[in-house]
Amino acid sequence: MSAFFVPFKQSVQRDLLLAARHKTELITALFFFVIVVNLLPLGVGPDPELLRKIAPGILWIGALLATLLGMQRMFAPDHADGTLEQMALSPQSFTVLVAGKITAHWLVAGVPVVLMAPLLGLQFDLSARSLWVLTLSLLLGTPVLSLIGSVGAALTLGVRGGGVLLSLLILPLYIPALIFGAGAVEADLAGLSIEGHMSLLAALAVLSAFFGPWVTTFALRIALE
Amino acid sequence: MNAPLINWYKFSSPATFYPLAAKLIPWFTAATILLAAVGLWISFFVAPTDAQQGEGYRIIFVHVAASWMSMFIYCVMAFWSAMCLSFNARLSGMMASALAPTGAMFAFLSLLTGSLWGKPMWGAWWVWDARLTSQLILFFLYLGFIALQSAIDDPRRADKAGAILSLVGVINVPIIYFSVQWWNTLHQGASVSMTKSPSMAQTMLWGMLIMALAFWAYSITMALLRVRCIILEREMTNEWVKKNALE
Amino acid sequence: MLSVTQLTCQRGERVLFEGLNFELPEAQWLHVCGANGCGKTSLLRILTGLAEPVSGTISWNGTAIGEKREVFHEDLLYLGHQGALKEELTPLENLTLSLGMEGYTRGPKDVAEALHQFGLRGREHLPVRFLSAGQRRRVLLTRLLLRPARLWILDEPFTALDVHAVAFLTEKISAHLETQGTVVLTSHQPLTLAHGQAITL
Repeated sequence: MSAFFVPFKQSVQRDLLLAARHKTELITALFFFVIVVNLLPLGVGPDPELLRKIAPGILWIGALLATLLGMQRMFAPDHADGTLEQMALSPQSFTVLVAGKITAHWLVAGVPVVLMAPLLGLQFDLSARSLWVLTLSLLLGTPVLSLIGSVGAALTLGVRGGGVLLSLLILPLYIPALIFGAGAVEADLAGLSIEGHMSLLAALAVLSAFFGPWVTTFALRIALE
Repeated sequence: MNAPLINWYKFSSPATFYPLAAKLIPWFTAATILLAAVGLWISFFVAPTDAQQGEGYRIIFVHVAASWMSMFIYCVMAFWSAMCLSFNARLSGMMASALAPTGAMFAFLSLLTGSLWGKPMWGAWWVWDARLTSQLILFFLYLGFIALQSAIDDPRRADKAGAILSLVGVINVPIIYFSVQWWNTLHQGASVSMTKSPSMAQTMLWGMLIMALAFWAYSITMALLRVRCIILEREMTNEWVKKNALE
Repeated sequence: MLSVTQLTCQRGERVLFEGLNFELPEAQWLHVCGANGCGKTSLLRILTGLAEPVSGTISWNGTAIGEKREVFHEDLLYLGHQGALKEELTPLENLTLSLGMEGYTRGPKDVAEALHQFGLRGREHLPVRFLSAGQRRRVLLTRLLLRPARLWILDEPFTALDVHAVAFLTEKISAHLETQGTVVLTSHQPLTLAHGQAITL
């Protein structure tokens, strides 16, 4: 077990330390989330009934784009300065180290969004219960976003126009998470059971946690060649 | 280069495949023209006019066949990608990238005919119907594959990265399809389903089948043509290309 | 022992080298020579297993390197062109973290001690972005003192180093050879080390 946890912890700690030295990046993603969600009412008008109806979709798409913002930087700096090579040559499992990096990305990009979401939900007049559902759906869904995104980040590593390409590759794969995540909140607003949505979202999270780091490692080895 | 370990491997060498493809292309071109002629003849002249939808429904022959083909080609692409990764065979990667544009074209054709058919049927160019939406996402997946491959300079890396992407995609396609279906029923969108609406007459089924076969032959022809170009491009410096192909 | 048989490397459409063979026993070092762009770095990256050759095999103590990757990596220390250093972290943090990811825990005192040996006294707590090119190189090379490994693969280790550092590094390499270590390196400078072989690409 320690063969997993020790390198995993090392990798997470390292990336968190680096993130702590770049606080602006952290705040940029969060600010982006807030501003995108707040722009929407300006686009569609202030009708509270309509806004409540589209709130789940807006909040989820905002969260999705906000986590996508820093996705390219998940491996790019380490690739540029050679750290990634050293990780690939480590006697520790490269997959575990990569899993640590993905987790760190989620902690830095996903968790703040999850915590901010209920606050923004209030602006759309969601009920307390719906706010809980929203938070829970994002808590289950944002890891999926980080995990799927990591595959794209690895595939587009060091590629011309990597950032835009990354979104082209990854956004279609985000659709199931978006549908089940936003769907859970909508179902709750309509007074329906959220169990189905939540279990499917959890299934997605488990599936991507199982395959994500493995596929990402594979893609990284190809990028390093 | 690729030592022929087993006889089967012989055809996986670009040098052997290049002339073989040249021999196959005329046959598949002929098959495409013949099948397309018969299929179009059935769809325009033999199939009866639909009682509800009039003549407009005839686009279904192209639409359904194109949708089938776009999904099928993605699976074939994933198959070649798996081959490329597991056997490190160069030709497999080339096959996958040769198929992608044709697949994208069929996905686009399916979307185009779908919306052309949708206008008289639903009075709108676009309806968020589960099938149409899934088709759109499939089109995006194709575009992603093509964009990724063209953005990477090193052909070996491009092949492998594309292979990973198409395998991730093929695992995700059923999940996406299911989730879109789920989303569609939840929102009670368009209740008219494209393939179920007209009761399928025997001649219509034949028409569709022949059109699908015509598209099949067309895809093979295009893939072979494209793979020959890719082989030339990549093996430019090799002796056999200089000797045989460019004379 | 590092043995290489029939190694061929291709970059894009160009073949860099073909049918390369050599055997490097313990306590010996290999000097990879050649003009710029002839594939020295490519060869080193292939030897580490990062890049894959078009054909040929590499084995370490009789086992192909891809077979038991983790075991090979335990014995391997590769220092590449790039620094693998984070600008915003101090040398101390950089080394502690990179050692940690390789599964070695070293206290700050050990790390600082090693940095002092490489002439970086007083720079331990300065972010790397304030260091000169030569000093950065020294931080990277400090890993040689901290992480035990049988096989060193060093890409241009003497670049940007001053006379003292070159002497110190040469001394460390010969000490490594004396303890039955193996070294593969590229360098444009002539080196005064015993027990060497050289190949020119």
